Amino acid sequence: MASVFKPKNLLAAAGVVALALSTAACGGGGDDSASGGSSAKNFSFLAINENTTIASTLTTLSQKECATQNTAQPLDIKKQAQASLDQQLQLLAGQGALPQLFTAANAPSLTSQLADNGTVLDAAAVSTGVQPAASSVIKALYDGKQLVLPTELNIEGIWYNKKLLADNGITTPPATWDDLVAAFAKLQAAGVQPISAAGKGGDGWGVTRWVGNYILRQQGPDALKKVADGQAKLTDPQYVAGADAIAALGKAGYFGKSPTSIDYATALNTFLTGKAAFIYMGSWALSDFNDESKNKIGADNVGFLKFPTVAGGAGTADQTPANVGTAIAISKKAYENDTNTQAWVKCIVDNYGTVALRDSSQITGFKTDAAVEVPALTKQIQDEIAGVQTSVLWFEAYFSAKATTVSQGNGGLLGGGQLTGEKFMQTVTSNLS
Amino acid sequence: MPAAPAAGIRTKGRIQRMHSVLGDRKSVAILLGPALLVYSLVMLLPMLWSLGYTFFTGSVISGFTWAGTANFSKLLDDPALPGALWFTVKYAVVITVGQVLVGYLLSLLYVFFLRRAGSIVRTLVFFPVILPTVAVALLFQKFFEFAPQTGPVNAAIEAFGGTGIDWFSTPGNAFFVVALMDIWRSMGFYAVLLYAGLLDIPDEVMEAASIDGASTWRLIRSIIVPLSLPVLVSSLVFSINGTLKAFDSIYALTGGGPGSATTPLTLYMYQTSFAYGDYGYGSTIALTLTALCLLVTVFIFRGTRRDTGLG
Repeated sequence: MASVFKPKNLLAAAGVVALALSTAACGGGGDDSASGGSSAKNFSFLAINENTTIASTLTTLSQKECATQNTAQPLDIKKQAQASLDQQLQLLAGQGALPQLFTAANAPSLTSQLADNGTVLDAAAVSTGVQPAASSVIKALYDGKQLVLPTELNIEGIWYNKKLLADNGITTPPATWDDLVAAFAKLQAAGVQPISAAGKGGDGWGVTRWVGNYILRQQGPDALKKVADGQAKLTDPQYVAGADAIAALGKAGYFGKSPTSIDYATALNTFLTGKAAFIYMGSWALSDFNDESKNKIGADNVGFLKFPTVAGGAGTADQTPANVGTAIAISKKAYENDTNTQAWVKCIVDNYGTVALRDSSQITGFKTDAAVEVPALTKQIQDEIAGVQTSVLWFEAYFSAKATTVSQGNGGLLGGGQLTGEKFMQTVTSNLS
Repeated sequence: MPAAPAAGIRTKGRIQRMHSVLGDRKSVAILLGPALLVYSLVMLLPMLWSLGYTFFTGSVISGFTWAGTANFSKLLDDPALPGALWFTVKYAVVITVGQVLVGYLLSLLYVFFLRRAGSIVRTLVFFPVILPTVAVALLFQKFFEFAPQTGPVNAAIEAFGGTGIDWFSTPGNAFFVVALMDIWRSMGFYAVLLYAGLLDIPDEVMEAASIDGASTWRLIRSIIVPLSLPVLVSSLVFSINGTLKAFDSIYALTGGGPGSATTPLTLYMYQTSFAYGDYGYGSTIALTLTALCLLVTVFIFRGTRRDTGLG
């Protein structure tokens, strides 16, 4: 025993312990995908809890179309709350531990930053199967680069419950903002919640989308780009007017009892169980609309309305909010040196569109097999997407991660009528830099 | 009786050996070295590192660029900082007073009224201390829920003819729920701590005072409070220590909302560094918090020194 306690041994042992501790603290997550050169053990994908379609489609692919690739590199799905996705991506990127495939950041600026840094693959070379419409949306978002794969190609608008409207004497779907607000008032008076909207924490985009679209309809399709370019400010009176219009809806209680308490799933469920007449939503929700176990009002009963025009506004209803919603990005480091990963990605690009459309009624930006039969509502939206002439982006599209978080975090308060349009715009603007 | 002297000699020898070991610089270095090394690596180094970040801007993704004192001037202009600072101070004061006061009242209850059934009550009151914070936060969220379901609290208000309150949508109400939860969660701990202090008060003094005709109130004011002052001060120090750094309970209960109304410095620092990717400014906020803690520590130490001086 005596020899063990020699100072030299002790110091050496202490050194080893310290080294072990420091490497454990500072080292990466130990993700196998981080190791360059050799092929990774698994094909890892970082999903978000709020979107189940991508995970289930990838799982289906791994069992059928991409079974060979899955044998070489088994699919491994990890999940993350959408609200903390950006933060997780930054941490993983900082440690060089991003998985091969991950949900693109909520703030497009972060994905661009990761690409500048050489962490995200410019997917143009692997996007042979991507439709031109999807490519143009992606490039508008990422300064002309194709940084993500379009696992969704969405248009957004106001969906309504046909029966609830008819029951309350609203026979034609409202085509202008004034008609829409009149319909809200009528429904509210009849004891029906006019709009279902999420506003809890990061789900506040359910309200801020209304603000963005109102501004675009009133000021024209380049109104938000002007703010990004510094030609206008959100605190300018015409922009504040947009936020005030939505705050007025909130004050009147049209967004329901307490938007700050409602998360995304609850908001969608409120609409799908017939407890609210309208919901602002993207076409990614088609999978839920076509799911009988979730949609209790019936898919035939769901109507789609383009965001209406505002009296005297410069924007038109044809300028459709379109985006690639929850898209996926590829880790450059993991992709470039790993042939198994490359094979997987190729298989996804070739087959994802067909499987997602067939199994989840999800319209994607990938090419699809023409033989897939889709429900009527999906067909209607497919036609709408095909007919889009001008697309516009959402309220926070050009914002930094901080301004995005602040805007969405305050959306619920705006929808609850607890925040004035001016205060909301001031709060967002002070975080825009 | 040969054993006793032998044992004495052995002890004496051991003490001598210990003196010689502790007198030797080399052995002191060997004994302290590993701990000091680990401490330096996992505590001091990151702290200095963080201090260094205050002069930079950027993140691990975009890389760091020298910013000089830009972060500090940003600190002065930041419209969100006064709110976060004020919330931190308000939270620390309210929770500290609440925790210690309720804990003290509970400990008095244990000592004077619950001598027999005390252990059961003590266990029940202590229980929330060991519950995971997130679980307690979820419990309170459901308890004070307004929509889509009506929680028990609002149901009770409505049953008595009132209208339900949207607890988490206004700053004042949200703060009330946060304060209530944190006091409930930790009062058991302070009750036990102060109970131990109260047990140290000699029964004879109490008995003598009772025989002299002192009322319960008089007993508390003239004997119990002065004699338990040291442990009371320790509790306050403990409490302010924890409440200035509060993070998990607020993050889990309100997420800093509504808006940023319940965002303390800790949460603001975390969001700035990790969600907004600005490590430099995040570290500057951390430094502000450190300065605040230092200020409070100096204040407390001066206060307690005066206490012991008087005692």
